[in-house]
Amino acid sequence: MPALLEATSLHAGYGETRVLHGIDFAVEQGGVTALLGANGAGKTTTLRAICGMVRTSGQIVLGGERIDGKPTEDIVQRGVAHVPDGRGTFVELTVEENLRLGAYIRKDRAGVSRDFERMFGYFPRLRERYRQQAGTLSGGEQQMLAIARALLLGPKLLLLDEPSFGLAPLIVQEIFDIMHRIREDEGVSILLVEQNASLALEIAEHAYLLETGRIVVSGPAAEIGRDESIRRSYLGY
Amino acid sequence: MEGVLHQVLSGIASGGIYASVALALVMIYQATHHVNFAQGEMATLSTYIALTLINAGLPYWIAFLVTVVVSFILGILIERILMRPMMDAPVLASVGVFIGLLLIINSSTGWMFDYMIKTFPTPFPGGPLLFSGYLSGHELGAFVVTLVVLTAVYLFFRHTKLGLAMRAAAFNPVSSRLVGVRVGWMLALGWGLAAAIGAVGGMMVAPIVYLDPNMMAGILLYAFAGALLGGIDNPLGAVLGGFAVGIIENLAGAYLVGTELKLTVALIIIVAVLVVKPSGLFGRTVLSRV
Repeated sequence: MPALLEATSLHAGYGETRVLHGIDFAVEQGGVTALLGANGAGKTTTLRAICGMVRTSGQIVLGGERIDGKPTEDIVQRGVAHVPDGRGTFVELTVEENLRLGAYIRKDRAGVSRDFERMFGYFPRLRERYRQQAGTLSGGEQQMLAIARALLLGPKLLLLDEPSFGLAPLIVQEIFDIMHRIREDEGVSILLVEQNASLALEIAEHAYLLETGRIVVSGPAAEIGRDESIRRSYLGY
Repeated sequence: MEGVLHQVLSGIASGGIYASVALALVMIYQATHHVNFAQGEMATLSTYIALTLINAGLPYWIAFLVTVVVSFILGILIERILMRPMMDAPVLASVGVFIGLLLIINSSTGWMFDYMIKTFPTPFPGGPLLFSGYLSGHELGAFVVTLVVLTAVYLFFRHTKLGLAMRAAAFNPVSSRLVGVRVGWMLALGWGLAAAIGAVGGMMVAPIVYLDPNMMAGILLYAFAGALLGGIDNPLGAVLGGFAVGIIENLAGAYLVGTELKLTVALIIIVAVLVVKPSGLFGRTVLSRV
């Protein structure tokens, strides 16, 4: 089966600063692909490049169609949901409004309200906080809100930027437990960016390791997790 | 005592007009963090368009509707053509464009429709004053129209998908794009709506203050005072602020400073708000945990 997303010699940067120096990677249909690396390796930029949020060159193909150079809104229309770093919460709006915005491009009302219920199944706390201003949620709750918002789009591809960032270990565990369930139930392909490599390798089938804008290692997640020298030199655990 | 009641009531009537212009200001401020100095002149131009249509023989309410639609489109065009290229420009450049727009619209309305002061018809029955002389028919009618517009705008923003998307685009453009909201168009729509709301304000105030190219200069100042008083980032606050300024202005004009110095009241309100409570009475302090 061809990959859902395929990037070929992808370059990206901000103004004069180049961050990605021609990387190749693919996200397979279904399951989780992890993108690992230290701070500043270009993980977040890779996700932004897929969404057309930074200037890129090279090729990005989603389901057989080139999406590089398209505006973000058009890429989202094609089924790419992005939980950005910093979570992208609409802090001034209520939890309900945040979720409704997640389903903004959808026309199937019945499907949307079914999906709302499913999200409350994953994240019961969002139901409790339904009418609350989203900015008053805790960091973990905001991360749950961001994931639910992205899933409500009904995406083919979910980009997750450091869901563990700034959260207490217990909350991180909770979120990753839910992500295991989402992986099984939703049939969505996930590209996961994480600094917490052990967590990411546990949930992913395939992993890429980025270092200063280049892919240095790629392979099945289990193998990378077992490889002592990779773990020592790149993952630090 | 009857005099006071009269002043308060007609303050509410003119306050409604300030409220709608204040709302127009706040809508663009929320989306762009700029105050559109040309908002008043845009409303004046709309009022001239209405007058032209009425003089051409259209019934008042048809002319009213056509004017609102035309103003909406003009607002969108101004955003697309003038403001779009300024998106990443520094604040002062945008302010320059606003002032340029103000001067251009002001001069071209003068050039197209001349500077003579004109009367503008009211669709409401004149005749004897209503409420035993407290309110004229037009004042009451303008109040009702303003209230209808404000309610419609409120319902639109609170309860429609497009309204929610416009608010989202104003608060957080990056995240809005990531859920598929076309942020550029939301901004243009905001300009269109602001122009349409301003047009209604212009048509409602013109029978009271008479129509000339500088008609809205003072009103924009009151509206700005109202927006600041209520909180420049809070539409509901701006509306309440507009009404409050209308009442304060009328009372001060009658009992404190006299009609000649009424405009000063607006300036005093602006300075006082900025000194004492810059976020305004209802300005939201957004809490955010990270």
